[in-house]
Amino acid sequence: MTKIHPNLEAVDPKMNAESVSVYYGDKQAIKDVSIGIPAKYVTAFIGPSGCGKSTFLRALNRMNDTIPSARVEGQIELDGENIYSNSMDVVQLRARVGMVFQKPNPFPKSIYDNIAYGPRIHGIFEQKGDLDGIVENSLKRAGLWEEVKDRLNDPGTALSGGQQQRLCIARAIAVDPEVILMDEPCSALDPIATAKIEELIAELSGRYAIVIVTHSMQQAARVSDRTAFFHLGEIVEYGRTSDIFTNPIEQRTKDYITGRYG
Amino acid sequence: MVLGLALAGWLSARSRAWALRADSGGRLASLPNYHGWYVGLWIFIPTVLFVFVWNAISPGLVLQSVLGSPAAEGLPAIESARLDALREARDVATGAASSTTNPDALPMIAPFSDALSQYRWIGIVLTLIIAGAAGAWSYLRVKPEFGARTRVERVIMAVLILASLVAVFSTFGILASLIFETFRFFEMVSPIDFLFGTFWSPDPMANPDNPDPTRYGAIPLFWGTLLIGAVIAMIVAIPIGMMSAIYLTQYAHPRFRAWAKPALEILAGVPTVVYGYFAALTVAPMIRDLAMSVGIANASSESALAAGIVMGVMIIPFVSSMADDSIAAVPQAMRDGSLAMGATTSETIKLVLVPAALPGIVGGVMLAISRAIGETMIVVMAASTAANLSANPLDSMTTVTVQIVAMLTGEGSFDHPATLSAFALGFVLFLVTLGLNFVALSVVKRYREAYE
Repeated sequence: MTKIHPNLEAVDPKMNAESVSVYYGDKQAIKDVSIGIPAKYVTAFIGPSGCGKSTFLRALNRMNDTIPSARVEGQIELDGENIYSNSMDVVQLRARVGMVFQKPNPFPKSIYDNIAYGPRIHGIFEQKGDLDGIVENSLKRAGLWEEVKDRLNDPGTALSGGQQQRLCIARAIAVDPEVILMDEPCSALDPIATAKIEELIAELSGRYAIVIVTHSMQQAARVSDRTAFFHLGEIVEYGRTSDIFTNPIEQRTKDYITGRYG
Repeated sequence: MVLGLALAGWLSARSRAWALRADSGGRLASLPNYHGWYVGLWIFIPTVLFVFVWNAISPGLVLQSVLGSPAAEGLPAIESARLDALREARDVATGAASSTTNPDALPMIAPFSDALSQYRWIGIVLTLIIAGAAGAWSYLRVKPEFGARTRVERVIMAVLILASLVAVFSTFGILASLIFETFRFFEMVSPIDFLFGTFWSPDPMANPDNPDPTRYGAIPLFWGTLLIGAVIAMIVAIPIGMMSAIYLTQYAHPRFRAWAKPALEILAGVPTVVYGYFAALTVAPMIRDLAMSVGIANASSESALAAGIVMGVMIIPFVSSMADDSIAAVPQAMRDGSLAMGATTSETIKLVLVPAALPGIVGGVMLAISRAIGETMIVVMAASTAANLSANPLDSMTTVTVQIVAMLTGEGSFDHPATLSAFALGFVLFLVTLGLNFVALSVVKRYREAYE
């Protein structure tokens, strides 16, 4: 059972998971996980490889739907509405809950078209001028505008790895989501690019609910307000990041953050 | 015999290497097997080369000694009669013919068989000497520190290079023979008349020394080829191939895909003659009846449309499997990225997957076109031989390949311009498909670089 830290202040959750289990075929990857994700905070999921943190993250915007053998039980709510109910349009859901992946995956299109991709498919602009504005704003918020403003027509794949990842973040915020899920966004980047992404996460956190899966405990400690420790498909412990790192309740958490395993 | 010698060399060298290994109690630079191969190859390769050379030059040597014999003075003086006599005598001497009635040949038989057996013995002795010398020399080099392995590897590499050169040189050989015959044709009919003339009706019975160049205009053939192979066939193959590839990669259940994809590829294995039957017996009459029923009275039963449609069906697997491979090669991350933006599956396919896979798809389509243009059997059976320059697909039309077959199997003699025109047609066709393949492969290559 998940241990909730006593210091954790109660906030109305943006997303709320109630006894969620995820199966791949017969194998249970997530066991009865319940957690509330607050708006305008950064929540970090940490844990050893294979503990299910990425699987759970993908359950939050139904990306597991693309894996034929995956099955989700339990309930996940976005603003009180069950995202697995029949009335939920998965296209709408993913526009509200964006995602950034482990490896930068810009489309083989120009920088401009990469950012404009979401606004175009969702039709959230009136005229060409509006689209230009959305592209500029998204790139500015992702801290990429100064670097690419003169070459918006270059292919997105021509950028460096760190720039590509910021492009992907800009692409995600172009549709103005409410939640941004980040699945180990820095694992393919060098330390300098990582620092830039972390800076960006700090800037974005006032605007969006951000959930970040990370392998690096230092990263979780640096960027997040709240941390959930996953182990063997369960959340062992959930609380304020400072509490988890300085004063863990469970022995397993203590062992993990002191580097005994994982 | 040569193989036996080589085997003996292999065995003896190997056992010697084993013995050496046992004696020195330590390690050889190469395994005994490699020493065996080294000696075996040293015996095999020079001897085989010698046998080839000897077979090439020994008939000349035999002939020379026969001509030097006293019986040769009785040969007729006329060149052709003399050669006939010699050949018949030789056939009897070698046993290829049982007897001869040519009085000039009879006295030559005995000297011929003498010379033949003499040179056969010389050949065998020389072979043995070469094999023995090469074997002995290489056998003496079997020493513990001798690197037989690297040398054997080098020989193997040389054999592989030779094998790959065979393919390259046969391409050049084919090209050279085509060019040669094409030039002979262009000496009789100017290339301008051939390439830009609009009337095609070579007459194989006409006087070959004075061909009528206006009858050798190949434009109708190229037009028919393009219309059938590149236009009608592609209108059928591209949409069907693409859509089936998209369905199979993106929507189909893995179990359905597991049997549907091989089933589609069976289409590629159907002999083109069978497609030809299908076109001529089923599709063509159907199209004619359909055209009649909508009031087109002059529809031909050998329409370009029928041939083109069946050809399109034939190349669906090419388009489909190339498109399938290149769509499947687009990284899953691309697809996830698009879906995570809230795109639907079809938006993802249209906006991300197909554009990303486009170079591969284009490459596949070009290979398919070049295949369709070079296709012969379907059009031979389903299209006509009438060279019409018409935009109406219901007309009968002919293609380059059909005319090549018609000209080569026609009644003209081999050096008649009508027959030679087949080579000129083949040459142009070769250039076109070569160009298409070249472009297609470079496009595909560039695409591969983008993702690897």
